[in-house]
Amino acid sequence: MLKLPIYLDNNATTPLDPRVLEAMMPYLTDVFGNAASRNHPFGWAAEEGVDYARTQIAQLIGCDSKEIIFTSGATEGDNLGIKGVFEMYAQKGNHVITTTTEHKAVLDTCKHLEKIGGRVTYLPVDELGLISLEDLEAAMTPETILVTIMYGNNETGTIQPIREIAAIAHKHGALFMTDGTQAVGKIPVDVNADGIDIMAFTAHKMYGPKGIGALYVRRKNPRVKVTAQMDGGGHERGMRSGTLNVPGIVGMGKACELARQEMAADAARLSVMRDRLQTELMTMEETYVNGSVESRLPHVANISFKYVEGEGLMMGVKDLAVSSGSACTSASLEPSYVLKALGLSDDLAHSSLRFGLSRFTTDEQIDYAINHVKEAVTKLREMSPLWEMHKEGIDLSKIEWAEH
Amino acid sequence: MAYSDKVIDHYSNPRNVGTLDKSKKNVGTGLVGAPECGDVMRLQIEVDEATNTITDAKFKTFGCGSAIASSSLATEWLKGKTVDEALAIDNMEIVEELALPPVKIHCSVLAEDAIKSAISDYRVKNGLPALELAHH
Repeated sequence: MLKLPIYLDNNATTPLDPRVLEAMMPYLTDVFGNAASRNHPFGWAAEEGVDYARTQIAQLIGCDSKEIIFTSGATEGDNLGIKGVFEMYAQKGNHVITTTTEHKAVLDTCKHLEKIGGRVTYLPVDELGLISLEDLEAAMTPETILVTIMYGNNETGTIQPIREIAAIAHKHGALFMTDGTQAVGKIPVDVNADGIDIMAFTAHKMYGPKGIGALYVRRKNPRVKVTAQMDGGGHERGMRSGTLNVPGIVGMGKACELARQEMAADAARLSVMRDRLQTELMTMEETYVNGSVESRLPHVANISFKYVEGEGLMMGVKDLAVSSGSACTSASLEPSYVLKALGLSDDLAHSSLRFGLSRFTTDEQIDYAINHVKEAVTKLREMSPLWEMHKEGIDLSKIEWAEH
Repeated sequence: MAYSDKVIDHYSNPRNVGTLDKSKKNVGTGLVGAPECGDVMRLQIEVDEATNTITDAKFKTFGCGSAIASSSLATEWLKGKTVDEALAIDNMEIVEELALPPVKIHCSVLAEDAIKSAISDYRVKNGLPALELAHH
């Protein structure tokens, strides 16, 4: 029997892979030592677990294990990367370039920089969610120290042209950072081939535990340093103090190892399921895919159903765990700023659903989701005065609505 | 957000969804809200002119569960009431009946506006002055 509700909100977080939990268990029980304790076997055992995990993580993104700085997650990684570069490279300049569709962890960090003397350029995106390389080139100045642009978008799955962006940043002597939260473990990410200098990512988006993430910081060509944002014992090469979360790190390592082994097969299977979901839903009129279809993460689809309201739609698809807009803003009634940046009207942004599939999603679940969404949309449209007017050929934009 | 059982009931089994013939002289139509605000309600009443009693009421709503429930409840309450009784319906009665949380009070306000707007339309069609509608 199908268990309800069906979890299709894997861009918010993924379930823990049982194999990851198994790897973590000894470190939650017997191997409890502090990895920084150098004087006894308890510390050594913990350190060994951490070292092994560091290698597993490094192998996934093609870097050296010394280039991995453990953090509490991608939000901390984004903060440390951006603020750390801003402080470390203050003598070179104060200009940072990002985009309007970044996660709040990047946008709000950039806003913070503006309050302390930084200058930030927020590049717009086109209707597919992609930045223009010409815009980026034009925004570069001698004071630009950092370009920070996310790899794959959390709401639409749109993948930016990372290699081209990195090349432009480097041509002008700036560092290139990317928020790899949604991409790492889902598609091949290679920091050298891609030209990435700094990258924040997290374990819980790739079947690892919450509360552990990593910041990749390049050590060679060029050697990058970020100023620590937390004072303390000088762990992680002085860039991030605090006792290491050993079980979390071990779990992240295992999650990365599994991703490296299974990513290609997962992506192939999930994209077929995702495409089927999308194609079936698109058979309904006035249904739109948000973001790029060509350059997109394999497990994500963001779809708007015109003439139905988002909150009503969420209530109608109660057997599915999905989000409308991003998980971080769904507590408010504001339409998604990411979808608005793509040029969507408020009502179309309001009526969007984000589907995020996982390694554990089944064909049966997708079948159920297709029928469930179709039923809800059909029912709500039959109840919608806007749908009736649309069917009568009335142009809704010509009506003078009484704003309330 | 946790919805009350009554909201869920009206959302799942909405009463009186539909359309009345707005060309009829004894049908009043109210269309309130705006798509950008996330709520549009259309509420219609059919009045027996001899007794000034509402004999039928229909709605269609684009909005959240609370907006759908508020308009569904309004149509239930309207049937059998005189036009004057209908005018006396206050949004807070809807709030209480559906146990709407503070962030959803605007749904009840919209339903009250829709009732008054439909009555006003009926009045104008029958040679009476329009109602002074409060703007929320």
